Amino acid sequence: MRHIDVYRNSDLIAGLLGRIRRQVDPARTYRIMEVCGGHTHAFHRFGLPDLLPSNVELIHGPGCPVCVLPRGRIDQGLAMAEEPGVILTAFGDMMRVPGTLGSPLRARASGRDVRAVYSPIDALRLAEANPDRRVVFFAIGFETTAPATALTVLLARRKRVENVSVFCNHVRIVPALEALLAPPGAGLDGMIGPGHVSTVIGSLAYEFIPRDHGIPVVVSGFEPLDLLQAVLLLIERINEGRADLVNAYRRAVPDGGNAAALAAMDRVFEERDSFEWRGLGRIPWSALRLREEFADLDAERWFPPPDAGDGAPDDSPCGRVLRGLMRPTSCPLFGGECSPEHPIGALMVSSEGACAAYHAYRRGEPAAT
Amino acid sequence: MSRLPRSPIIEMADGAGGKASRRLVEGTIVPLLGDAWKGTLADSAVLDIGPGRLAMTTDAFVVRPLRFPGGSIGELAVNGTVNDLAMAGAGPVALVAALVIEEGTAVETVEAELRALGEAAGRAGVPVVGGDTKVVEHGKGDGLYVSTTGLGRVLEGVALGPDRVREGDRVLLSGPIGDHGITILLARGEVDLEADLRSDSRPVWPLVRPLLEEDPGAVRWLRDPTRGGVASALNELARDRGLAVVLEEAAIPVREPVRGACELLGLDPLHVANEGQFLAVVAPGAADRLLDRLRSIPGGEGAAIVGTLREGPARAVLAETPYGGTRIVDLLEGDPLPRIC
Repeated sequence: MRHIDVYRNSDLIAGLLGRIRRQVDPARTYRIMEVCGGHTHAFHRFGLPDLLPSNVELIHGPGCPVCVLPRGRIDQGLAMAEEPGVILTAFGDMMRVPGTLGSPLRARASGRDVRAVYSPIDALRLAEANPDRRVVFFAIGFETTAPATALTVLLARRKRVENVSVFCNHVRIVPALEALLAPPGAGLDGMIGPGHVSTVIGSLAYEFIPRDHGIPVVVSGFEPLDLLQAVLLLIERINEGRADLVNAYRRAVPDGGNAAALAAMDRVFEERDSFEWRGLGRIPWSALRLREEFADLDAERWFPPPDAGDGAPDDSPCGRVLRGLMRPTSCPLFGGECSPEHPIGALMVSSEGACAAYHAYRRGEPAAT
Repeated sequence: MSRLPRSPIIEMADGAGGKASRRLVEGTIVPLLGDAWKGTLADSAVLDIGPGRLAMTTDAFVVRPLRFPGGSIGELAVNGTVNDLAMAGAGPVALVAALVIEEGTAVETVEAELRALGEAAGRAGVPVVGGDTKVVEHGKGDGLYVSTTGLGRVLEGVALGPDRVREGDRVLLSGPIGDHGITILLARGEVDLEADLRSDSRPVWPLVRPLLEEDPGAVRWLRDPTRGGVASALNELARDRGLAVVLEEAAIPVREPVRGACELLGLDPLHVANEGQFLAVVAPGAADRLLDRLRSIPGGEGAAIVGTLREGPARAVLAETPYGGTRIVDLLEGDPLPRIC
């Protein structure tokens, strides 16, 4: 833990907070988006928002893969669990996320064979151990988790395992950010670039943001010092009117990304021409599916969906929260109709969901817009 | 040595009430409980326990795996129940145990757990005065379930409950948290992690009793933070009493392997189960003295004062972070689920 504790040093944190307070111009507001749901949780877990000047406004972004998944895809995955002999596997994060007809946990309680796994490799192992069953892995996540799915597909092919398949819901962060920043945009002054996904795609993937949208981006880690440093670097840049890209998470993020992971993804996946996002609508080239060569390992070809997606635009409060247009605590459903016990949207259950973070760590705060 | 059942595995006949049942009970169970067995095999145990207030509790144990570093289901079944008695300020007087065994379970597994149960009862100083054994079909159980019911005598002068808790009271924690929950998680083998860690399963009465004897009026509320961890126990207090519990995060003892595993798995140690710790809310003026007393008892060295009862925000548990911020410490929702990225 020593390697983490240095990033939690109270004196250094107090020093950074002092510098932030001195830099902040009281005459203006600073709208800073943390794209990644992990950052939202880290900010709240360490109690940092209280310590920032009140005109520094943190706005959470769409970087929670479970939250942006439309309910139709969850229904589709659960329909696969209804098929004879199927074991549906998913990350623990997915287990309580509601589709229109209930969550994977509820499907399990009703007798479907639904199991939480820690890695797609576990799904492959399960398939090898149960040759008479068909194992489906409900793959979700940005480029963070996609390489592990890709490697599992390659391993399944090499081992000639035929009773495993991937229900691919992997999405790409850059098209989502492009959609978010496209006019009218979310009125942002700066952006904390995601940490984990950047370890795969590299920080240079965000060069278009300062260039095309004129706001600075700081790629950050998840510890208090990381987050406060990112806030300070952004405030300095916003004050100077300087829009550039900073990689402040070099201990994990190479500028050019992880070549081996990107190669594995490229070998296995191709881009879908369009994909439905909860709250953001259909975004072109924003998701991945298995290449034709791996069709025999593609759950969507094992069990073709009855209909293509749920085309209706999502005007639920979840969508407004995901686009940074509404704070979780301003949602009329927050904490009442929608709570972790009875979630209406994934934002309230996922460990990366903004509403879950606000509910867990800051329920009592007054609603603000 | 008494005759063992003829098969190396438990069969339905062992629970059918006939000869095989009798062999299992008289030949295996009773002898393996050893000195802890004080029963008669009659339908009920009859106890002569004199005057005073009694505490009674029951608990079912379904842990998987049955054995784990630092404990097993048989030991847990004793410690869990005597600890629930201790939280009422009661020393254990008698215990009864019911076993539900899945057909096909190795007899030696059952024997090992009975031995563990007998030894744990011996360590806790509680006689086992009765029990019951059932066998269920293969596939209808998880090897072995154990349920225990305990009877205890409440120490004189002790009055515990949320209604006795006052603003300004301090929260005392008996030692490092999360050892049991993380040990079980790792023992299941579902997470590819290894750590030098053992369950903290133990009877806590030897730690609680001296505190109550030292100053019975100063101890207001006791709770063992088992499932749901410290967060759940304190949230219940905050809700029942209508006050806020404010924790000082840096003061909460957590062993390094537990902190590390929680970091990796995205868990909060405050949500992780314990089987050998307790929380005590104590009067502010007595807190330091009671802490010293607790630390002077073997097994209480890791105790700490971790929080304070405040007027508000009502019914909430807060943690003050080392940097001066605060966060809500909520109840755990469902099972602790690992985060994915």
